[in-house]
Amino acid sequence: MQSERVVGQPVFRKEGLAKVLGAARYIDDLSMPGMIYGATVRSAIPRGRVLGIEFSPGIPWDEFTIVTAKDIPGKNYIAMINNDWPCLVDGVVNHPQEPILLLAHPDRHLLPQAVAAVHVRYEEMSSVHSIEESERGRTIIWGEDNVLKSYLLEKGDVDAAFAQPDIIIVVGEYTTGAQEHLYIENNGAIAMYDEHAGVTLWGSLQCPFYAHKSLMAVTGLPEDKVRVIQVETGGAFGGKEDYPSMIGAHAALLAMKSGRPVKIVYDRAEDMAATTKRHPSRTRHRTAVTKDGKLLAADIELCLDGGAYSTLSSTVLSRATIHSGGAYFWPNIRVRSKAYATNTPPHGAFRGFGAPQALFATERHMDRVAKAVGLTPEEFRRRNLLLTGETTSTGQVIRQQIDLQGWMERALDCANYREKKARFDRENPDGVRKKGIGFAVFLHGSGFTGSGERYLNSLVGVDATAEGRIRVLVSSTEFGQGTNTILCQIAAETLGVDYDVVEMAPPDTGIVPNSGPTVASRTAMVVGRLVQSAALGLKQTLIASGLLGERYLTEEFQAAAKAHIGKHGGLCSMSRYQAPPDVYWDDQTYRGEAYAAYAWAVYVAEVTVEVTTYSVAVDDFVALQEVGRVLNPVLATGQVEGGVAQGIGYALYEKVSWDRGLMKNNQMTNYIIPTSQDLPKIRVYFEEVPFEHGAYGAKGIGELPMDGPAPAILNAIAHATGEDFNAIPLLPEDIAERLAAGAPAAQEMATV
Amino acid sequence: MRSCSAECELLTPGSLEAVLCLLHDEPGLWTPIAGGTEIMVLYGAGKLTERKFVSIAVPELREITEDGGWISVGGGCSFTQIRRHVGIQKHFPMLAQCASWLGGIANQNRGTIGGNLANASPAADSPPALFAYGAELELISARGKRRIPYEEFHLGYKKTALALDELIGTVLLPKRFDDSLRYVRKVGTRNAQAISKICMAATATVKHGHVEEIRIGMGSVAPTPLRLAATERALMGTELTDAAILNVVIWEARRALASETAPIDDIRSTAAYRTLVAGNLLEEMLRTFAGAAR
Amino acid sequence: MSMREFSLRVNGVERIVSAPPMARLLDVLRQELGLTGTKEGCGEGECGSCSVLINGELVNSCLVPIAQAAGTSITTIEGVGAHTKLHPVQQAFLQCGGAQCGICTPGMILAAVHLLEKCPNPTREQIEEGLNGNLCRCTGYMRIFAAVEKAATTIEAGVPG
Ligand SMILES: Cc1cc2nc3c(=O)[nH]c(=O)nc-3n(C[C@H](O)[C@H](O)[C@H](O)COP(=O)(O)OP(=O)(O)OC[C@H]3O[C@@H](n4cnc5c(N)ncnc54)[C@H](O)[C@@H]3O)c2cc1C
Ligand code: FES
Ligand code: FES
Repeated sequence: MQSERVVGQPVFRKEGLAKVLGAARYIDDLSMPGMIYGATVRSAIPRGRVLGIEFSPGIPWDEFTIVTAKDIPGKNYIAMINNDWPCLVDGVVNHPQEPILLLAHPDRHLLPQAVAAVHVRYEEMSSVHSIEESERGRTIIWGEDNVLKSYLLEKGDVDAAFAQPDIIIVVGEYTTGAQEHLYIENNGAIAMYDEHAGVTLWGSLQCPFYAHKSLMAVTGLPEDKVRVIQVETGGAFGGKEDYPSMIGAHAALLAMKSGRPVKIVYDRAEDMAATTKRHPSRTRHRTAVTKDGKLLAADIELCLDGGAYSTLSSTVLSRATIHSGGAYFWPNIRVRSKAYATNTPPHGAFRGFGAPQALFATERHMDRVAKAVGLTPEEFRRRNLLLTGETTSTGQVIRQQIDLQGWMERALDCANYREKKARFDRENPDGVRKKGIGFAVFLHGSGFTGSGERYLNSLVGVDATAEGRIRVLVSSTEFGQGTNTILCQIAAETLGVDYDVVEMAPPDTGIVPNSGPTVASRTAMVVGRLVQSAALGLKQTLIASGLLGERYLTEEFQAAAKAHIGKHGGLCSMSRYQAPPDVYWDDQTYRGEAYAAYAWAVYVAEVTVEVTTYSVAVDDFVALQEVGRVLNPVLATGQVEGGVAQGIGYALYEKVSWDRGLMKNNQMTNYIIPTSQDLPKIRVYFEEVPFEHGAYGAKGIGELPMDGPAPAILNAIAHATGEDFNAIPLLPEDIAERLAAGAPAAQEMATV
Repeated sequence: MRSCSAECELLTPGSLEAVLCLLHDEPGLWTPIAGGTEIMVLYGAGKLTERKFVSIAVPELREITEDGGWISVGGGCSFTQIRRHVGIQKHFPMLAQCASWLGGIANQNRGTIGGNLANASPAADSPPALFAYGAELELISARGKRRIPYEEFHLGYKKTALALDELIGTVLLPKRFDDSLRYVRKVGTRNAQAISKICMAATATVKHGHVEEIRIGMGSVAPTPLRLAATERALMGTELTDAAILNVVIWEARRALASETAPIDDIRSTAAYRTLVAGNLLEEMLRTFAGAAR
Repeated sequence: MSMREFSLRVNGVERIVSAPPMARLLDVLRQELGLTGTKEGCGEGECGSCSVLINGELVNSCLVPIAQAAGTSITTIEGVGAHTKLHPVQQAFLQCGGAQCGICTPGMILAAVHLLEKCPNPTREQIEEGLNGNLCRCTGYMRIFAAVEKAATTIEAGVPG
């Protein structure tokens, strides 16, 4: 590969200037003439029938626009995979905080009182609040058996492997909790309705065409009468994948009924209580391993808590299922997975999308298997990590040149792992501060699972404006990860022009083609590749037309583009997704190429467990990953650091406290994420093995860093304390309970 | 924002005298607001029933003065003022330390010591240090001033000795702890911006291996911030320098502690954890003191 | 109760605003003065995205009633630097990748400016502490620390931003 001018360079973030100046406009910063404000009346019970709705006196109700399910002109659902998620409750409530009724008024300060003055009477029904309860099936709340989705993945002959003599069998159960995205900008949307133009929605969102599809269903309007525009979005992490379709539909309904533009912006308490979280999980591993530490077979049962409606659970479950085998070669593996319904707000997409749950279990379990066979975690992994040419759990052949063993060694060296491990083992017995070091090796599939990318059939464009500026046309959105920047870098590189003359077309469904949702770590690899080929098409058009030579300056390119536009009226090149050759996937048997590519990583965590307070500090963190070509080192490093910080929160701080499906700690002061004083130095290293089908060799990077921190940290805690902790979040209270059980002080306390 | 500001009044009389007059003329009608870091949180969440407020951010309450044996901290002093004050850093380092643990930098810039005490949260961070340093309070009103030991300020959960027309005028700290042993620790939900699960501060004088004086304050183990009177009594006169005896002393101290504390389960932690960690901190304190006394 | 007039100096300009005295400074800045660079992340003093400087001191504008801000001098992100003349902290955020989604950025920059005013050569620990009331969910803070370190060097070298 020739050396690149723009790709691989730390160019500044496209919208960075506006952001550091405070000039970037987010949804709550926007206002429309005549705009009024909307609010949502939500259910107060987990499950039951609505008997009546009463409006208390003392509120000027005639000034309010009021919308219920009866006002929905189209279909009463948010269009997703199964369309079972109501836009507004129509008779039956299935979780706390479910939207029942909408209010709008010109004075936003009147809304909280008005919401409180709407009284809904219910007949309560029994409800279900855990995977176990849902599984038991005494109360059926969804379908025939509470199962939202199930998969069976099988490779080899698992039962035969377990029946072999002279093997060691290791079992374990691992659980993970819900996690709140806690993007610093809450959800919000503005909708406007006009009989001729239809509905226009501005929103803080990830996937304009998802919202577009839902709005069409709810409003009953045709495709060209619905327009969705993403505005600057203050963090998303998956949390603005599906819910914006809900809040957008609500704003649209109020706008249609009132004839005025309507803004709905949640406050923090509402956002936390009502919107999606990461699926809680329970995973059981049963592993057959030979006495010399070769993995023979895995029998894995993975369950997710999906919440009250199916929403995205099937796809989250799918990714969890496929990632359950981790980065190991399994001659035999069986994964049985299920997503269960509970009477909780639906759990949704969150960075990692099922993989963090699955990999927490796998990587924690691997340390325990290593111990059972008497090997160090590193030696045990060395014997079992996937090699080029071997097959994954779905039977996918690893064609890429990978070197997991070498990468593991490099990461361990960076962390000074062996020296520290020996030192901690020596020093721990004396101190009240127990030190530990642990790590995780893992992978993350880039792009949609299986045939997903083929169904998406993404389309992107690159065009030139009359002023000679180059625009990238995609529905892929920026919410901090760097979409704008890397796609412009790719276009500039391919076109041979300066980065500064390339810009993003507005993320407006009326302007840009559908390049698919901005999820699944697909933007750099899949969409970037399409931008690359569209840009190439544009350049070839100019060269073929004779307006441009083979070698040119940016200004010459711009002049040629202008000349072309002058002559032909426009200059635009489109590119549509084509699946890489020799890729097959079977949705029924879950066999084949699950992902076009995988990113790989080794994360090492060093911790101190302080036994006076049972608190854990992460002292050092090494994050080494192979993500193909790194398109922008500053952005890529930032992605990893941010993901690791969220992963540390997931492992040690972030606990959603539930009360019958309702989040009790729905305040920033009670949902604890790491501050600037809670993180170690996060040391980021890259290996680069360019992926031939990704843009300039790029693979996905966004989600990977979420997968590794939790197991690495819990492995380090196991090293520090000698205790196996298999559930996250792991709070000091949990550690206290376990460690104090044997401590003499506690026994003494118990006697007083 | 879940409150309607149009329904609320806030007066800013500008001088202490004017504030006190207002409070005196219509006792209980006006709620004082200093830094607002408690009031405004509840207000934003729509959880305040009060509608009439008076700003007590007046210069007279914002002074820290040193004279003779005392440092006087105005009730309206911010935690930033407190932690940056050279005299406090020198004579009452644990108070400076606690101030640095309160919320984040912006909260320390606004939050006041008077607000911290009057709000009377059992989890507040400054009370343990005030117990340990034998602080006194000067309560002021249009009727005059009265001085009480800080121990007598908290009467029950969110109940204080303040009359309806009174303010915390001054927190008085006796400069007699320079040579004392000290121990201070906050156990929060994280390292910054964290409400305490337990906080503790103590001073002690140990002579010839024996405890001659000890004062311990602890937060989040009872309905009010607590001075551990029973634990102090159990420790008075005990020997710390003999390892075997120390273990017995620790055991006795833990017992006394358990007898006077009653932690609860709440959204931030559990009773079991608090009980255990309170005892562990006490033990850590005694071992630290013993080490220093040897 | 009635609206009242309050005068305050915002980014160097005398302004008179009409608002109920308990209106939050945050809302006055955003809604009355159109200074939307100051953000609301929590409304309870926890996230710092509403940070502004009052008489040079960092505060959360969601917790300040406007009546208490009357007569003070306020700096919001709009007063820190301009398109043509970035503050060194803004320049460093741009260069080091200190802003991702950007929603915490205005508050974070004000906290950084405040820190460097009080402590021109901060250690890593002092930087961590100086930003401890400003939550960022995107960056994991590392690029932000780097930006503050870089800005400190720039300011010390006297290079105009
Ligand atoms: C994000 C955040 C984090 C926080 N973290 C901590 C923490 O770590 N530790 C901690 O202890 N606290 C913490 N707090 C709570 C708060 O900041 C402190 O309690 C602060 O000291 C309150 O002071 P204030 O002046 O802001 O109180 P205000 O809100 O002004 O008043 C609080 C109460 O005290 C009364 N009052 C105020 N001053 C006086 C006076 N002089 N005389 C009589 N009554 C008075 C008021 O009427 C009101 O009832 C935090 C708050 C926030 C928002
Ligand atoms: S909005 Fe003010 S601190 Fe979060
Ligand atoms: S950059 Fe997104 S919250 Fe900080």
